[in-house]
Amino acid sequence: MSGQVLPRPAMSGADRRPISLHVGVLALLFGLQFVLPAYDHTNMARIMILASYAMGYNLLLGYTGLMSLGHAMFFAAGLYGAGLAAYYLGFDPLSAFLAGTIAGVGLSVAVGLVALRTGGVSFMIVTLMFAQACFLLTLYFNEITQGDQGIVLDLSAWSWDLGGEEGPLGLISPPIRYNLALLLFTLCLLAIFFLMRSRIGRVLIAIRENEPRVTMLGYHSFRYKLGALTLSGTMSAAAGATYALLFSYVGSTFAGIQYSILPLLWVLLGGQGTILGPLLGTALMFYLVDISSEYTSSYMLIVGVALVLLVLWFPKGILGSLRQRWLPWLP
Amino acid sequence: MSLGPHLLLAFLEGTVSAFVLALTALGLSLVFGVMRIVNVAHGEFFMLGAVLAYGFSSLVPGLPALGFLLALILSPLVVGAIAWGADRLVLSRLNYNPEATIVATIGMLYIIQQLVLTFYGPDAHPVQPPINFRILFPWFGYSGYKLVVVAAAAALLLLTWYLLMRTHIGLVMRATQLDRETALNFGIPVARVYSMIFALGAMLAAVAGVLIVPIQQAHYLMGLDPLLLSFITVIIGGLGSLRGTLIAAFVIGLSDGMISVFFSGTLSKIIATLLVALVLVFRPAGLFAQSAR
Repeated sequence: MSGQVLPRPAMSGADRRPISLHVGVLALLFGLQFVLPAYDHTNMARIMILASYAMGYNLLLGYTGLMSLGHAMFFAAGLYGAGLAAYYLGFDPLSAFLAGTIAGVGLSVAVGLVALRTGGVSFMIVTLMFAQACFLLTLYFNEITQGDQGIVLDLSAWSWDLGGEEGPLGLISPPIRYNLALLLFTLCLLAIFFLMRSRIGRVLIAIRENEPRVTMLGYHSFRYKLGALTLSGTMSAAAGATYALLFSYVGSTFAGIQYSILPLLWVLLGGQGTILGPLLGTALMFYLVDISSEYTSSYMLIVGVALVLLVLWFPKGILGSLRQRWLPWLP
Repeated sequence: MSLGPHLLLAFLEGTVSAFVLALTALGLSLVFGVMRIVNVAHGEFFMLGAVLAYGFSSLVPGLPALGFLLALILSPLVVGAIAWGADRLVLSRLNYNPEATIVATIGMLYIIQQLVLTFYGPDAHPVQPPINFRILFPWFGYSGYKLVVVAAAAALLLLTWYLLMRTHIGLVMRATQLDRETALNFGIPVARVYSMIFALGAMLAAVAGVLIVPIQQAHYLMGLDPLLLSFITVIIGGLGSLRGTLIAAFVIGLSDGMISVFFSGTLSKIIATLLVALVLVFRPAGLFAQSAR
């Protein structure tokens, strides 16, 4: 990890490039919805939600230096928290979203208190085991969760009249879906952006670079790591809750180990420790799998090959390498 | 059936799964102990062994014993060669960095699984057992082949022990495990020892896969359960402690076999997984701590 260029301290304030870049990216995402064909429109909404999940993952891996192999449990906590609340308790979408997010907060604090007593490889295995237990739980409570089959939510009752010509727009109508996904993505991006400019963010990066020294300097590194894990898990859960509501489906596939590996892959591809890396990695991987699935059904082969190639020759990912070579100011 | 025969059946089933688990977990433990890396693709080597066993035994139709013998010798060799290649091409280039290695072996897991799915197909295929006799107890008949599995696994465990403790190559491996740098200073080709260990670990998993395939059909997803069980075994036994691994394999194999006769279901798996995670957090040297290195 040493030798990585750190973003400049926030206090200079002179450098407007990071702010312009991120505002530009958000504006681009907002503008895309008017030009994208219907198929890519839906894909892009999905990518933004999954990218929010990846950003949450990146907070832990890229900035704090902790590699989790069990983030699917947080995503699933949000997914089930929101989905089950909407399905069984008739929560409105906003309350269901909050329920899912709160489930994520609880789970990530609990997991963090136990798992953060370890580090490195043990942390990876402990999170993997916890996630596997959560996955099995979704199967065990088959009568509630419907296991693999999953539950299709009916949210057609929720719609808003925005004065458009088509009449009221439902929650899962393309424009609402796209913009709510964009809203989630924007919130996550802003949270990470300002966190990393703050003192807390710099302590997290310091923990990644050299934890004993951070402890020696008098920081309570466990608390910072717990905070990072909680925020990371909460962001993942918020993404899961949004996914459940906007795509009206809850199923145990999303709790499986594959959904713990995918954010790792997206973040490694886009560039760990960069703010836009998760979005780039998610979008690239999504379309790579989408295009290749026209030719072959075994798309996991591509995931596997991508993982091996990335760790071998491209450990910094796309934006990480760009930052190292040409754009030292890239946050 | 009354309780007694039930217990006997459970004990027999438990013994079989304990020996197979001991072989698989020993492979994982060996790789972790010497190379300090976690091989997530270990279960896929088990699966490859089973699938190749199907391939080799179908080369000689009508002669199940010969086909099985062929599989028992050739499958581990092929899997060992694959593992050797994976170590040379990927793991050694990562300098065995623990975290990068885990990511790379996850990649290998997906690659192996999907290649087997493409070339072997999604269906499970049976392999005929080499011998067909049943031991008739007063209450039930028991497959004689399962006892062959126990005998073969015990022989292989002894062989591995002999290799590690009584041969020059084993001495070299143990020296590398104790102190990599000093071993290097004494002219031990550590890189080659690592490849050998990685191949040996994969071969142990593969041979377990071959032994199990006449009982359980060969399927491209069959690697997950042995992987998780081996993980559990290695963690309970203490990371890197071979003796601990063996003890844990028998405890877990026997209780797993017993449990699967009396109970079934996801709940025991959930509890086991959580307990193991807690053992790793609070007793990282394993439950039988003083035997751990």
